[in-house]
Amino acid sequence: MHFFTKLALRHARALLWWSSALTLVLLVIGLVWGLFFSPADYQQGEMVRILYIHAPAAWMGLFAYTVMAVASAASLMGKYPLADIVAKASSPVGALFTIICLVTGALWGKPMWGAYWVWDARLTSMLILLFLYLGHIALVNAFDDYGRGARAGAILALIGFINIPIIKFSVDWWNTLHQPASITRVALPAMAMEMLLPLLVMGLAFKAYYVTLLLVRIQSEMAAVQVRASRLTQNNWTQNNRRENGR
Amino acid sequence: MDKFFSMGGYAPFIWSSYGIGIGGLVVLAVISVRTLRARERELQFIGTRQKKNVINNTESCQGEGTIHES
Repeated sequence: MHFFTKLALRHARALLWWSSALTLVLLVIGLVWGLFFSPADYQQGEMVRILYIHAPAAWMGLFAYTVMAVASAASLMGKYPLADIVAKASSPVGALFTIICLVTGALWGKPMWGAYWVWDARLTSMLILLFLYLGHIALVNAFDDYGRGARAGAILALIGFINIPIIKFSVDWWNTLHQPASITRVALPAMAMEMLLPLLVMGLAFKAYYVTLLLVRIQSEMAAVQVRASRLTQNNWTQNNRRENGR
Repeated sequence: MDKFFSMGGYAPFIWSSYGIGIGGLVVLAVISVRTLRARERELQFIGTRQKKNVINNTESCQGEGTIHES
């Protein structure tokens, strides 16, 4: 992991450029395909187009939390100094994906179910995911000591990880208003190819966006760590100088 | 074109979903890049100030040396 970390840091700028370009290209292709060329659904009509924003946001909400939990576990093991930074960088992006998923889901629910919100297992567990993200963001920034904040955040992220399989399987375990998964690993997708392909392109676009923002925010957090260290050195240096001058 | 924008009567739901989705992605990207740039500028400023301090400190030490010699 150290090797990959060093490699990623050395080529961070180039990686950032490529991932930004990929995000833009995939997003434009996915949006044009989803809005102009994919067919309307035989039951839901044009309303089905919300799928191309809603489902990728939901996938990435779960993915970003998984990355955060893995980084938190690595951080608690104490071997990877960058793990804290990865977890801290991941949570605001994951929170955004979860908010997009919940809001677009509500806008999809009103005309299709007759309600913006129902307390079914999928929706409720997704709302808990948002609270976990917000709790993590608040907790890591709540301490003056960076290390203590990171440790508290890591413990929260690991405890909250139990929610991820609950979200994933909620539609199978409980009788929910939300439909079961259309794309699974064990069966062929229950969706027409004309809809599946733009959905996958949008999924890749959201993933490329996540990688891009993770790189930006990791660099930003590293700069913040350097700023804090420099300020501390500066303060110590000024205090020592004052003491020497006082003598 | 009107047919496309009306989205079969679901326009408010669909366009607000796309607006919130894409708008959210753009806003977080802009905030993240601006924060990175601000921190890099601050780091550069601290670096310059530290260099100045080192130069001033060296000059004052050299000055003290001259006084002792005379």
